[in-house]
Amino acid sequence: MADPTIFTVPATIGILSSAVRLATPYLFAAVGEAICQSSGVLNLGVDGIMLLGAYAGFFVTLSTGSLWLGVLAAMVVGLLMGLLMSVISVSLKAEQGISGIGLYMFGLGLSSLLFKVTVGTVKTVVGFQPVKIPILGDIPILGEILFQHSLAVYAAFLVVPLAWWFLDKTTWGLKIKAVGHTPAAADSLGVSVLRVRYASVCLGAVLAGLAGASLSLAMVNLFQENLTAGMGFIAVALVYFGGWRPVAIMGGALLFSFMNALQLWMQVLAVKIPSDIAVMLPYVLTIAVLAVAHNHEREPISLNKPFERGEH
Amino acid sequence: MPEIPKKQSLVSESMSSHKIGGTSEVRHRLTFDWKDVGLRVALPLMAMLAAMLIGAAMLLLLKANALHAYAALLAGAFGSVYGFTQSLVKATPLLLVGLGICISFRASVINIGGEGQIIAGALMATWFSLAFRTWPGWMLLPATMTMGFLAGAAWGFIPGILKARLSVNEILSTVMMNAIGIQLMNFLLRGPLIDPAGVRAGTFLHQSERLPEQVWLPRLVPQTLLHAGAIIAVLLAIAVYIFLWRTTIGYRIRAVGLNRDASRYSGINVPLYQTLSLTLAGGFAGLAGVVEVIGVQHRLLEGITSGYGFSGIVAALFGGLHPLGTIPASWLFGSLLVGADKMQRAVQVPSALIDTVLGLVVMFVVGSALLSRRWAARRALTASGS
Repeated sequence: MADPTIFTVPATIGILSSAVRLATPYLFAAVGEAICQSSGVLNLGVDGIMLLGAYAGFFVTLSTGSLWLGVLAAMVVGLLMGLLMSVISVSLKAEQGISGIGLYMFGLGLSSLLFKVTVGTVKTVVGFQPVKIPILGDIPILGEILFQHSLAVYAAFLVVPLAWWFLDKTTWGLKIKAVGHTPAAADSLGVSVLRVRYASVCLGAVLAGLAGASLSLAMVNLFQENLTAGMGFIAVALVYFGGWRPVAIMGGALLFSFMNALQLWMQVLAVKIPSDIAVMLPYVLTIAVLAVAHNHEREPISLNKPFERGEH
Repeated sequence: MPEIPKKQSLVSESMSSHKIGGTSEVRHRLTFDWKDVGLRVALPLMAMLAAMLIGAAMLLLLKANALHAYAALLAGAFGSVYGFTQSLVKATPLLLVGLGICISFRASVINIGGEGQIIAGALMATWFSLAFRTWPGWMLLPATMTMGFLAGAAWGFIPGILKARLSVNEILSTVMMNAIGIQLMNFLLRGPLIDPAGVRAGTFLHQSERLPEQVWLPRLVPQTLLHAGAIIAVLLAIAVYIFLWRTTIGYRIRAVGLNRDASRYSGINVPLYQTLSLTLAGGFAGLAGVVEVIGVQHRLLEGITSGYGFSGIVAALFGGLHPLGTIPASWLFGSLLVGADKMQRAVQVPSALIDTVLGLVVMFVVGSALLSRRWAARRALTASGS
């Protein structure tokens, strides 16, 4: 059976605190993807955008010494990738699942290419340091789990309520959802489907760029080839998992990163489960949850369907 | 089960409707029109050219000599017998994966799980041929290939049945199955399948034992790695063409892909054919894993997939999702991969450039589909005289 040492108080706090920290890139990327998908565009290239964002943030920070310039660079790169995706998938009406894979391959290839040419070897940067929030950070246990993280972690958790408010409470959010459900109706009411979709894809991509930067500037503080190792695809899965609702997506992201944290701690504490088997657990869990979660009625009806005026 | 009337209804529909992306496209894709071949070849090649030009621009920005890089690439791929045969070696798994992609994408089932399916096939081929190493070659070789095909098929069947029964998005589940496959291989290559010689020597290399010689695919050209798998892949491409265009099951797979609702109304069991297409796609990718193991490496190594699960998608798209078109497309991309390795060594331009170019090719090819639909529709208009 499991080693009893894993259930000590410090270990439990450690696992929960890691879970909160590890959720960061998934939150940025998945919430961004939820906004993008709400407008009816499936962007499968999140992982490629994250890679380029992680590289851009890392490289700019490495060469200028400014973390904030790095963050800005990651956002700019995200925006550019979002524009590329929009042109192909919205204007040219390409099959979104496939163009997203193209975007992923492009980001994967370009980030390795640029890294090899401009950096070459393993280098590290001084990333965002943990900031203890006054008063809240001093609460025993809870403070350690929630309020002693870096700015990136707080920002990621701030994005969740912001995205909820944006999607559910603002005119812009309602327009996005209208375009994702019945673009023809939105179009007839004078909402520009094209413009809304461009904006949503780009916003999602900027958040994906931030997700990459959170990885390279606040979590591992370095860049290497294929740094994300498929995190962007998990983020897309989390969107389905959470039924396009930011708060539910956060729940999914926390569950997934909790499994990851548990798995990492089991390795540290040498629990007798082969680590490669333990690494599989989050993925098996994701498939299982996708199979039992009945979110299909929440799916934007026009997801993955290019809009053609006058077809309905 | 009632069969869709093959010609009449579709042709008459196309006469009455010229809507872009509507029935004229259906007709365009259900009956293969040889007049379109020119367009189908020209568009991907233009996409390729554009992607290569952007690649060159990136090289210039990085202050690398694009001309030298591409010259090294061409010389690497076509400048020697070895380079040429090596291109065919790389084209083989691309073609096998691409054939599976043709089947699944034709059914509108997006299979991103090539990597995991290759691994499943490679793992099974390794385990099976080592477990039954006493069998003679005429038994062991076909049995190993069949088992590898079945293992890949099983890896494709799981997301297939999840889609059919529980409407789990196959794009996501196949991606998860990739991650699971990679971890499974890492686990097996660190323990149960690790080379005992490596353990004795203390190197603990993450690779399997060398496979028995009777299961090795024969080499076609001495002193090269070119193996009989290349011929098998081409024969299978012809078989897949016949399957998709000359059999009822193949016709139904394509019908499901073109119009799910119409297929269901005409009595086709849509979930069954979606599952079947993903299972077959997995089987072909599994076979790609088998030939890498028994044709090239003669053992299982980490990184056995070399990204073929993704580049196979590019090859199939480039070949117009047509099994026969995928043959030259695979050869082209095999050459690019070989040339990129050479380029990296000769002029120190990272071979990741080619991954970047491949990504652009995918986007440009699917992006230009609208153009090709518009041209086809315009031709249909002029042809019908309205």
